[in-house]
Amino acid sequence: MSDAIEKVSIIISKGSFEGVYPGLIMANGARAEGIEANLFFTFFGLDVIHKERHEHIKLATVGNPGLHFATLLGGLPGVSSVMTNYMAHKLEKLDIPPIPEFVEMIADTGAGLYACKASVDLFGLEKNDFIPQVADIITVGEFYEKAAGGQIIFT
Amino acid sequence: MPTKTYDGVEVAVDDQGFFSDPSQWRNTMAAEIAAQEGIGELTDRHWQVIKFMRHEYEEKGTGPSVRALGKTSGVAIKELYQLFPKGPAKLAAKIAGIPKPRGCI
Repeated sequence: MSDAIEKVSIIISKGSFEGVYPGLIMANGARAEGIEANLFFTFFGLDVIHKERHEHIKLATVGNPGLHFATLLGGLPGVSSVMTNYMAHKLEKLDIPPIPEFVEMIADTGAGLYACKASVDLFGLEKNDFIPQVADIITVGEFYEKAAGGQIIFT
Repeated sequence: MPTKTYDGVEVAVDDQGFFSDPSQWRNTMAAEIAAQEGIGELTDRHWQVIKFMRHEYEEKGTGPSVRALGKTSGVAIKELYQLFPKGPAKLAAKIAGIPKPRGCI
């Protein structure tokens, strides 16, 4: 098994419910298989590690054809919240935790959590805005240094 | 079907080395399996997890997820990864002589 994957660096760039979970599941799954994992949050993906926002990540009910749901209905007030709760409930049944608990759990597995400096500057954020599990705010160059020798997955 | 010999007894395993028949497992085999997986000495904490894996398998027919282990085994996720660095649910299942848990979490 010399070609087995030993390290992954997963980039989370989306701030929607359905944009965030796949990367988190892959990071957690990597650690469960004994694979080294780093998570890098950029652009709206920063909401996942934002203290005030990580509990309020919503499913996109507009502009999401995969939902098979009329765009006009998806735009009505409250629809996104209702659909998010429904999905969260279904995930919980599969033993998949809510986003804040999931991120904490992934940090506990030993995965590294990093915020993208350009995005942090763009949104006028600072280290204090993030959950304590975030190891550092790093540049894209530093990200590539950390990712060296492994696979990079962009989500 | 592949076999392995632990504590002098030949047992059936799958191609990744997980027990095909958990009833063939004896706790005297655990240290040997653990050593093969790069885990030195099995401490009381390791044993707490291994016993929990056996118990869960007997109750539910499958090993628990890491999340469930962290919540109910009495060993938190951080420590689970210190005890079983190459993946707690997977390694503890192998050492406890139960099939590999197939959950994504």
